[in-house]
Amino acid sequence: MSVKLLYFAWVREKAGKAEEVVELPENIKTVSDLMAWLRSRGPEYVAAFEQSDVIRTAVDQTHVAHDTAIADAREIAFFPPVTGG
Amino acid sequence: MIRVQQNDFDIGAEIEALRAGRTDIGAIVSFTGTVRDTAPHGGAKDAPITQMTLEHYPGMTEKELTRIEAEANERWPLQASLIVHRTGALKPGENIVLVVTASAHRHAAFEAAQFLMDFLKTNAPFWKKEDGPEGGDWVDARESDDDALKRWDKSDEAAE
Repeated sequence: MSVKLLYFAWVREKAGKAEEVVELPENIKTVSDLMAWLRSRGPEYVAAFEQSDVIRTAVDQTHVAHDTAIADAREIAFFPPVTGG
Repeated sequence: MIRVQQNDFDIGAEIEALRAGRTDIGAIVSFTGTVRDTAPHGGAKDAPITQMTLEHYPGMTEKELTRIEAEANERWPLQASLIVHRTGALKPGENIVLVVTASAHRHAAFEAAQFLMDFLKTNAPFWKKEDGPEGGDWVDARESDDDALKRWDKSDEAAE
């Protein structure tokens, strides 16, 4: 499954990119699985996803919890807790 | 109505546009968030800020703000509401966000404006980076913002 990943704020800076399209292995079922898989892709991802419990996720532009299934996701975003306003 | 923009906004003009031609409004509340010239960053408790940069998630930002505004309109009898949020590089003293609520009576307008800001602070995908003479830091989310959200818990309302 091909999915677009987006990174914001310090997650973006640490990952060294704002977005990418990846082909997900079959065994990646949840947001947590995806973060673990990303960490295996290189030191920049290890740095970005080190504090994975702090990182917030949106699937197709809706906030979701880390145990959410990502089967039909087209766009998955990772970011720190929001600080607007 | 919601808007995300780089440009500044004119608070007076926004309120005038919102109330133009209407005679059913009895109360208008507005909140403006602005850039402070100091903040706790770079390990210091109160360090000078030279610039603030606001990043956001185009698409989701508009979706979240629309959702939050709809929720406020469901909870309170509002005649009109407006959220304007700026993005990009802002200097101390500049406007960041504007919330305006209009209702027949003041309580709904006051409460809805607070509700909109509390939900915006914890749900809308914006991130602030503060730059000072020593470099830049991403602003940490505040627990007090999460606490502020809890008072709008629907279960609490039912208990009152």
